[in-house]
Amino acid sequence: MNKISDNFLDIGYMDDLAGKDSWLHRLDPRAKLITTFIFIVTVVSFDKYTLSGLIPFFIFPIALLALSGLPAGYLFKKVLLVLPFAVLVAIFNPLMDREVIFRIGSLGISGGWVSFFSIILRFILTVSVALILICLTGFNAVCLALSKLGLPKPFVVQLLFFFRYLFVLTDEAARMSRAWSLRALGSKAIDFKTFVSLVGHLLLRTIDRAERIYLAMLSRGFDGRIRMIRVMRIGSREFIFGIGWSMLFVLLRSFNIPVKLGALVTGRFS
Amino acid sequence: MSHHIVEAIGLHYTYPDGTKGLNGVSFRISHGESVALVGENGAGKSTLLLHLNGYLAATQGQVRIGDFALNPGNLNAVRRTVGMVFQNPDDQLFMATVFDDVAFGPLNLGLGKDEVERKVAQSLETVGAGHLSQRPPYKLSQGEKRSVAIATVLAMSPDILVMDEPSSSLDPVSRSRLIALLKTFKHTKIIATHDLDMAMDICERTIVLHQGQITADGATTGIFGDQNILSRSRLEKPLRMQGCPKCGNTFSHPTFKRESK
Amino acid sequence: MHMADALISPTVGATMWAATAGLIAYSAKKVKEEADDRKVPLMGVLGAFIFASQMLNFSIPGTGSSGHLGGGMILAILLGPYAAFLVMASVLIVQALFFADGGLLALGCNIFNLGFFPCFVAFPFIYKKIAGVNPKQKRIMPGAIIAGIIGLQLGAFGVVLETVFSGISELPFRTFVLLMQPIHLAIGIVEGLVTAAVVIFVWKARPEILEASCQAEPIGSFNINKVLLGLLVVAVIAGGVLSWFASANPDGLEWSMFKTSGKEELESGDGVHAFTALIQEKTAFLPDYGFKKNQLAIEPEENASQPWPAIDPGTSVSGLVGGALTLAMVFLIGLSLKRRKAAVS
Repeated sequence: MNKISDNFLDIGYMDDLAGKDSWLHRLDPRAKLITTFIFIVTVVSFDKYTLSGLIPFFIFPIALLALSGLPAGYLFKKVLLVLPFAVLVAIFNPLMDREVIFRIGSLGISGGWVSFFSIILRFILTVSVALILICLTGFNAVCLALSKLGLPKPFVVQLLFFFRYLFVLTDEAARMSRAWSLRALGSKAIDFKTFVSLVGHLLLRTIDRAERIYLAMLSRGFDGRIRMIRVMRIGSREFIFGIGWSMLFVLLRSFNIPVKLGALVTGRFS
Repeated sequence: MSHHIVEAIGLHYTYPDGTKGLNGVSFRISHGESVALVGENGAGKSTLLLHLNGYLAATQGQVRIGDFALNPGNLNAVRRTVGMVFQNPDDQLFMATVFDDVAFGPLNLGLGKDEVERKVAQSLETVGAGHLSQRPPYKLSQGEKRSVAIATVLAMSPDILVMDEPSSSLDPVSRSRLIALLKTFKHTKIIATHDLDMAMDICERTIVLHQGQITADGATTGIFGDQNILSRSRLEKPLRMQGCPKCGNTFSHPTFKRESK
Repeated sequence: MHMADALISPTVGATMWAATAGLIAYSAKKVKEEADDRKVPLMGVLGAFIFASQMLNFSIPGTGSSGHLGGGMILAILLGPYAAFLVMASVLIVQALFFADGGLLALGCNIFNLGFFPCFVAFPFIYKKIAGVNPKQKRIMPGAIIAGIIGLQLGAFGVVLETVFSGISELPFRTFVLLMQPIHLAIGIVEGLVTAAVVIFVWKARPEILEASCQAEPIGSFNINKVLLGLLVVAVIAGGVLSWFASANPDGLEWSMFKTSGKEELESGDGVHAFTALIQEKTAFLPDYGFKKNQLAIEPEENASQPWPAIDPGTSVSGLVGGALTLAMVFLIGLSLKRRKAAVS
């Protein structure tokens, strides 16, 4: 029950963050979207035993956080929240792949553990940049960027309407759920029959709402096409941002800097 | 200025399930008039309003807006002239930002980008919501939503404004603001409302609806002062015309004093 | 279950995204052609409805667990397959962006698994066949349940295939299948029951809603063959080209590196890459061949010819030390950027 209003507040909060102002916020959403995507593809392209090669990639989310003023602690907590799922699936690796591939002193590390941590690193990297992207850009801007990049108009309209009424519907569901819990006296989850009734009523009200919205649209001249004015400019800033970061990603993907750095340091001391 | 006239001639309407919604409704509203449409719940107010922009088609009778009779062919023109504001602002603010919502109508009318921006700015200023242009609707208060909903209709420059329960769920300050705003509009206004005090403030004429029929049509103060009409139509006097339960004096009476008991 | 970025390889991710993008484009085209203006607001609010109702859980009697409404089937019943697919896609996109449910690269897989199978397979071929054009209560229940089960089974199997083909997780095919399918059978039954119950609720309260949506989508007009053919073409092209590229040249980047500088900088050496390339080749042609089987078959030979995986212990220690140092440096850079920003503003 709390979950509904928590989620509702969360999306609202993340949307609020997107409304703040910084150099990064003002960047065209297309540049941010494409760069994030290149980042994810690069990170994911490593083979499964990569560990140190992934570490330099943290520079991207960390730099974005630092330059945008987004709350690092909040985002860190969100990543932690979903981490258990990654652990759950990744844990099979150490169980299945027990061949020791290297040793630190007398401690043998199996391939399974290496790939386990590789998965965890990948997870943290990809999840954090996705969250940063949405907190920096905002859902509506992402949708409009996608439409400029070629996403079909009917789908973009769907996304925008969906997001608009997300809060209304989650609010309704939260209220229903609260009303239920006040009379449910201690039960943790709704029983089947009540659930069907709640959801059924919500569905009927939703369909009625759609009809009223349609009426409002007609009253303002709706003819099947949704028209919007959007000013989006791509300039040198966007190119510098996109190309600069992408080049860094390619560089980090091709050269393993940590290994070189480590070799330098250990070489000195050995 | 005949395009501001709203006329209903013998309207009958039957709902899909067979119940009668309107049972012979006729009236004529002239240019610039402000008319309150009052009646109990289920009297047919909303049903009547929905005939005025062609959403519902009468089973019998005719609606005339200005020079033309409503028919499926001229609905677009009618909807340009008759601006309708609905009860629930969440149903009318369906775009991503306030700007997009207010621009929706003008863009559908085929206006150019600069013209649309001008109209949006103008409409938002009129309702006092100029600073809300980039806000998403879910971040607006009830009063703000109501104002913006009105702006979305104003942006189409209608001649006739039709409103369904505009003051419902507004806090006192927002309500006062709304009344002040509506007073400034020179449009022909038809306002369905339970808020009889607001009706007294804005509308010089009132039509009373009861079970799909008009039971009274005349000056607002006259109708609200007539207990017979009110009882027959299951209505009560506006608050300001109701008397003190003890002495019977109305609240606006100069000798009225608050009891300390 | 959702597919995750952490478990996906670029090949699988790209292939599934290509398939999903194609489906989105095709569905959008179909929805536009249908030109049912009423659907514009309806699709939006129904998406919000599904999202909101997925946050409500109900208790499953007998077990200690809870279930929730899936959505794909109800959407398909109310909107028809094309619109329903778009709505499901929008729900999954928001879940991926805001709640990190799966990730952005794996989103293509998730939309496919949870959208394509219920809307384009289970709904037209199972629900409609059983429930018919004018559904009666007796028919809705079995139709929804069986369609729900099949839709989820296919979706779950999709996750298994995508994970195994990606090769990041060590979970062997057989184990994964034996885990996923039974769990999703149970989930499918539950979701089917809920869907049926809600549909019957609507049918009892307002039958005209169901009648309207049934009439709008005559069974004959749905051409699955076109959809499947299109998908097959896209999958073959994307998967084939990318797999070829991956197998012929161990890694696109390294290949270009090799070409330009004459050396490949790999952390783990040639052994692993040749190995993964081999796997790509094998799995591209023999889709039902267990992943682990391959490994086991090859292992003994690999062990003999090259140490597998060929990770140089020296490199690994350097890697750890260097990794720690790099992490520290990255954090320092981040901090200094933050301080600079604070100083400037």
